[in-house]
Amino acid sequence: MQRIGVFVCHCGSNIAATVDVKKVVETVLSEPGVCHAEDYPYMCSEAGQMKILEAVKEKKLTGIVVCSCSPRMHEATFRKAAERAGLNPYMVEIANIREHCSWIHKDMEEATKKAVILARAAIAKVNLNTPLQAGESRVTKRALVIGGGIAGIQTALDIADAGYEVDIVEKTPSIGGRMSQLDKTFPTLDCSACILTPKMVEAAAHEKINIYTYSEVDKVTGFVGDFTVDIRKKARSVDSAKCTGCGVCQEKCPSKKSLNEFNRGLNTRSAIYTPFAQAIPNVPVIDRDACIKFKTGKCGVCEKVCQAGAIDYNQKDEIITEKYGAIVVATGFDTIKLDNYDEYAYNQSKDVITSLELERIMNAAGPTKGHLERLSDGKAPKEMVFIQCVGSRCSDNRGKSYCSKICCMYTAKHAMLIRDKYPDVNVTVFYIDVRTPGKNFDEFYRRAVEEYGVNYVKGQVGKVAPLPNGKLLVQGSDLLDNKQILKEADMVVLATAIEPEASVRQIATMLTASIDTNNFLTEAHPKLRPVESPTAGVFLSGVCQGPKDIPETVAQAGAAAVKAIGLLAKDKLTTNPCTAKPDELLCNGCSQCANVCPYGAITYEEKEVNDHGIRETRRVAQVNGALCQGCGACTVTCPSGAMDLQGFSNRQIIAEVDAICR
Amino acid sequence: MKYSYYPGCTLKNKAKDLDRYARTCAEVLGFELEEIENWQCCGGVYPLGNDEIATKLSSVRVLNDAKEKGQELVTVCSACYHVVKRVNDDMKHVDDIRTRANNYMNLSEPYSGETNVLHYLEVLRDKIGFDKLKEKVTNPLTGKKIGAYYGCLLLRPGKVMAFDNPENPKIMEDFIRALGAEPVVYPYRNECCGGYISLKEKEMAKSMCDTITESAKGFGADMLITACPLCMYNLNKAQKETLPVYYFTELLAEALGVKEEAEKK
Repeated sequence: MQRIGVFVCHCGSNIAATVDVKKVVETVLSEPGVCHAEDYPYMCSEAGQMKILEAVKEKKLTGIVVCSCSPRMHEATFRKAAERAGLNPYMVEIANIREHCSWIHKDMEEATKKAVILARAAIAKVNLNTPLQAGESRVTKRALVIGGGIAGIQTALDIADAGYEVDIVEKTPSIGGRMSQLDKTFPTLDCSACILTPKMVEAAAHEKINIYTYSEVDKVTGFVGDFTVDIRKKARSVDSAKCTGCGVCQEKCPSKKSLNEFNRGLNTRSAIYTPFAQAIPNVPVIDRDACIKFKTGKCGVCEKVCQAGAIDYNQKDEIITEKYGAIVVATGFDTIKLDNYDEYAYNQSKDVITSLELERIMNAAGPTKGHLERLSDGKAPKEMVFIQCVGSRCSDNRGKSYCSKICCMYTAKHAMLIRDKYPDVNVTVFYIDVRTPGKNFDEFYRRAVEEYGVNYVKGQVGKVAPLPNGKLLVQGSDLLDNKQILKEADMVVLATAIEPEASVRQIATMLTASIDTNNFLTEAHPKLRPVESPTAGVFLSGVCQGPKDIPETVAQAGAAAVKAIGLLAKDKLTTNPCTAKPDELLCNGCSQCANVCPYGAITYEEKEVNDHGIRETRRVAQVNGALCQGCGACTVTCPSGAMDLQGFSNRQIIAEVDAICR
Repeated sequence: MKYSYYPGCTLKNKAKDLDRYARTCAEVLGFELEEIENWQCCGGVYPLGNDEIATKLSSVRVLNDAKEKGQELVTVCSACYHVVKRVNDDMKHVDDIRTRANNYMNLSEPYSGETNVLHYLEVLRDKIGFDKLKEKVTNPLTGKKIGAYYGCLLLRPGKVMAFDNPENPKIMEDFIRALGAEPVVYPYRNECCGGYISLKEKEMAKSMCDTITESAKGFGADMLITACPLCMYNLNKAQKETLPVYYFTELLAEALGVKEEAEKK
C-alpha cells in the first residue's frame, strides 16, 4: 500500500472561490492509502513545494496527489518537487480541479463534490503507480527549415550563425518567398528586394546552410532530436553544377505561353525559366507540363543553345534522406481564392485585381514594367478604389473569420505610393476599421490621409459592376455620412485575405503537428510558447502560425531559431518513460498494435519465452521506447491485453473509473 | 415524370402566359404538371414575422399535398418559389414553426419539410438536362441576344434557396444557350427590380429598373427574360432604356415550336 499525501491548492481565488478546499482535504483523508492532506493558497510557489517536501519527510510518503491546475501547467513543477523530496517523479498525479472544475462551475456544493471525485480518481491511480525511469536519446546537430521565404531564411541564418548545420527545403525554384514579390515595404517604403536579396545571398553563401530548391519534404519519421526526413529534389532538367545562369535558354525557348506564377499569372513565361532576376539559385527549371520537348519529343532548342551543356532531359526526381534534431516550419501563406466573392467581379473584370497583383504591377520587373495601368486596355487609371477586408473578418463561411492583419498597412502603402507617383489619380479606400497598431504604423496611415489626400470611407462595398464603357461602378455605403455611394472607378484593388499555404496540411500531418480550423499551425501555448508546436522538436516561423507582417515574421523567425538552437545545443534528451510495454507471455503476435501505431514504434521479433515452464520461441511485439509517444492506441487495440502503457496502465485507468463511479 | 404543380394567383391572371407556355412545353419535354387542387395564394411575400403562423399555412398545405402524393413540387413564378421554398426550409429546420403549423393543420402525419421544391428552370436543368432540351429545340433562337434577369427572389437568401450562385448565377444563361440564342451577361441581372416598392414609390422602382435595363442594353442585350410577374411589371415601367421583356417560358415555347399551339389554349 502506498502512503499518499494529498495537496489541495487554492490558486488564490481561482479554485477556492468555487471549491471548498477545506472540505476536499477533510474528505480525501478517509481514502485508502491517504495518510496526509492539506491545502495551501499557492501549491506551485516555493513555500507550497516546501510543504510537499516536509510532508514526504515527516509522513514517509510514497505517492503524491496535487489537486490544482491542468497538468500541462505544473505537472513538471511538482514532479521536480517530488524528486527533490527523494521520490521518483512519476509517483506524482495531478487532479485538475481548476480547468476541469472551478473555472467551469458556479455552484460551490456541486463543484466541491466534483473536486473530491477528481481527487479520489487521482488517489486511486497513485495507489498503482510504479517508479519509472526516463531514458536518454541522442540529438542530431542539424536543423531542417521547411520553406525558403523570409521566415525560413532568417531562421536558417540564425541557426547557422550559432554554428549548426541547416538545410532549407523550398518547393519553388528559388528562395525568397512572398517577400520577393513585394515592391515596397511598410512603414519605411524601402524596396523589398533591396533588403531581401542580401539575406538570400547570405543564406546561399553561408557555409553551414544548404539549400534545396524545387524540392519537397516527402516523409518524416523519428522524433525530437532524431528525425529522419526524405527530401524529394524534383527534376530540374538542368544540371545545377554546369549551368552558368546566362539565360539564353529562356530567351530562345519557343514555348512562352505558361502563366508566370511569380507575377501572379498576370503575364506569361517560357517553359524553361527562373522565376525572377535575383533568383537563388540562378539556375532555371524546365516546366515539363509546358515544355514542347517533353510533350511531343521534338524541339530541344534549349539543349542546342546551352553553351555549358547543362540541359538534362533525363534528370529524375532524387530522394535525399537526412537526419535532423529540429524541424522549423516556415511554409508561409497565399491569398484566398475569390470564387466566393463574385460581387466584386474579380473573375469578370481584368481591372479588378488583388493587392498582391498590384504589387507586381507596381514593380519594375512586373508585367507592366512598373507602370500603373489597367490590364484590360493598358490605359492609366484616374480613379482607383481599394476595398479592405475581402474575405477577412467574415461572419459567414464564405471567407475567413480572422483579421489578415497586414492589409490595412499595405493598402495605406499602395494608396500613398500611387498618390505620390501619380498625383492626378484619385484614391478611395473602403474600410470596416483601420487597424494600424505597430511601431510607426498609425503615423504611416495618417500620412496617407493627411499628406497624400487618400479618401478613406468607412463602409463596405456591396457590388462592383463592370460598365459597358469599361469602367467599374462601385456601390458602397458611407457609414459616417449615412449615404449610399456610387462611384465610377478605373481600377478596383481587393485587399484579399491571406491563408496558410495549401501544402501545410500535408506537412503538418507528416510532422504530427496540429493545425487549427483555418490551417494555421497551432503553437504549444498561445502566450507562453508561441514559436513551438505541441509536437516536440517542431518549431513555427512566420505566417504558417498566424497572420504577420515582415518585422513580426523576422522576430518570430529568430525566436524559432533560438528554440531550435536550444535543442541542438543539448547532447542528450530525456525521454518520456510513459511508453507502451508488451507482456510477452500474453502477446499472440497478431500485429494489430503495429498496424495502428502512428509512430512506427512497434516491431516484432522471434523470441524465446518461458511460459510457466514451457520454453518456446514465439513472435512477440517489441516497442522502441524512443519512438513511442505514449498515445495508447496499441493498448486499446491489443485483443489479448498484452500491451500496456507505463504510467497509464489499464489497471490504473480502471481504478480511476471505479473511483469516479463509486 | 409527374410533378405536383403550384401555379399561384398571378399565373391565373396577369401572368397567364407564364403558365400556359410552361404547361405546353412540359408536354413536349415529357413531364406532367399536375395542378394541386384547391391551392391558395402563397401570400406573395415570405412572412418574416415569426409570431404569426397563419401566413405560412397555404405553403404548408401545398407542400403536404405533394408529399402525400409522393411528388416533387414545381412552381414557375419566382415569388411562389421563394415563399414555398423558404416555408419548407422553416418546416425542416425551425422547431417552433413546425410544431405550431402542425398543431394547427392537424394532419394525419405531421409535415416536416419532406417535399422537394423545384423551380421550372431546375426541372429543365436537373431533371431534363439542358443537353436534352437542346435536342428538342426545333426552332433555335439563333442570333437573339438575350439578357437573363434573375431578380432577387430566385437567388436569395442563397443558403436557403440554393438555386444558383447568388452573385454570379448561370442557370438562365445555360437555358438561353440551350435555346440556341446568345446570353448577354450583365452585372445587374441579380439586382432587385424594386418589387412591391412600385406600389408606394414608383420613381424608386423606375430608377432601379433603369439601372438594370441600361446595364443589359449596354452589354448588348436585345431583350430580357424573367420568371417573375412582378419583375415583368416593373421592368416594363422602366423609362430610360426600354427593352422587350419576356417570360422565359414564352421563348422556350417558341424554340420548341409550340408557341402558337400554347396561345390557343
